[in-house]
Amino acid sequence: MIDVVYFAWVRERIGVPKETLDTTAQTVAQLIEELKAREERYALAFADISALRVAVDQELSTFDAPLAGVREVAFFPPMTGG
Amino acid sequence: MSVRVQSDPFDPGQELSQFSQLVTGAGAIVTFTGVVRDEDGSLDHMLIEHYPAMTGPAIEAIETQAVSRWDLQASLVIHRYGTLAPGDHIMMVATVSRHRANAFSAAEFLMDYLKSRAPFWKKEFTADGASWVAAKDKDEDALKRW
Repeated sequence: MIDVVYFAWVRERIGVPKETLDTTAQTVAQLIEELKAREERYALAFADISALRVAVDQELSTFDAPLAGVREVAFFPPMTGG
Repeated sequence: MSVRVQSDPFDPGQELSQFSQLVTGAGAIVTFTGVVRDEDGSLDHMLIEHYPAMTGPAIEAIETQAVSRWDLQASLVIHRYGTLAPGDHIMMVATVSRHRANAFSAAEFLMDYLKSRAPFWKKEFTADGASWVAAKDKDEDALKRW
């Protein structure tokens, strides 16, 4: 089981801020493919992954990052702090 | 080194005054305060969302780099989230070093990194509706100089 959290427009498109998923995905990219195949709202949110960033266990990461031992994956648009 | 992520407003003058009392023997204190801008008079308010579990640690990591690279004696980052109106203070950075060049550089470094690497997202609300603020290429480019 893995916690997946969403922020900003990604959260709005998917419709929930957080969910716990049962997945067989080995990497972040595989998790995205699994989600896209699941429902239209995921396909829309993940249509262009160049517009997305990912954090793995609260650290900025990449789409090829492995998921073994990971507790939380977060998807969001590029950050706009400051 | 200190980080505060809060929804409450803060007073930059009071923060500077408290911060300076903690520092002795410093030659330079640089502060920057970010203010909610209203480009064309249409902004009603802004909503800042953040990733609570990541925000503090991400800012601390950025601050740790700044402290060691510019040999800072102290540093402070305050960043707000929640609802803000035009003219409100969004965030503040303060850096302390023996000489001003280091304090200025460290403050600019912190600002550049907070823009693109601290997990905040801004949504603007105007009479015409709401929209998420898009990250700018120039903000990402700004990181290259460091």
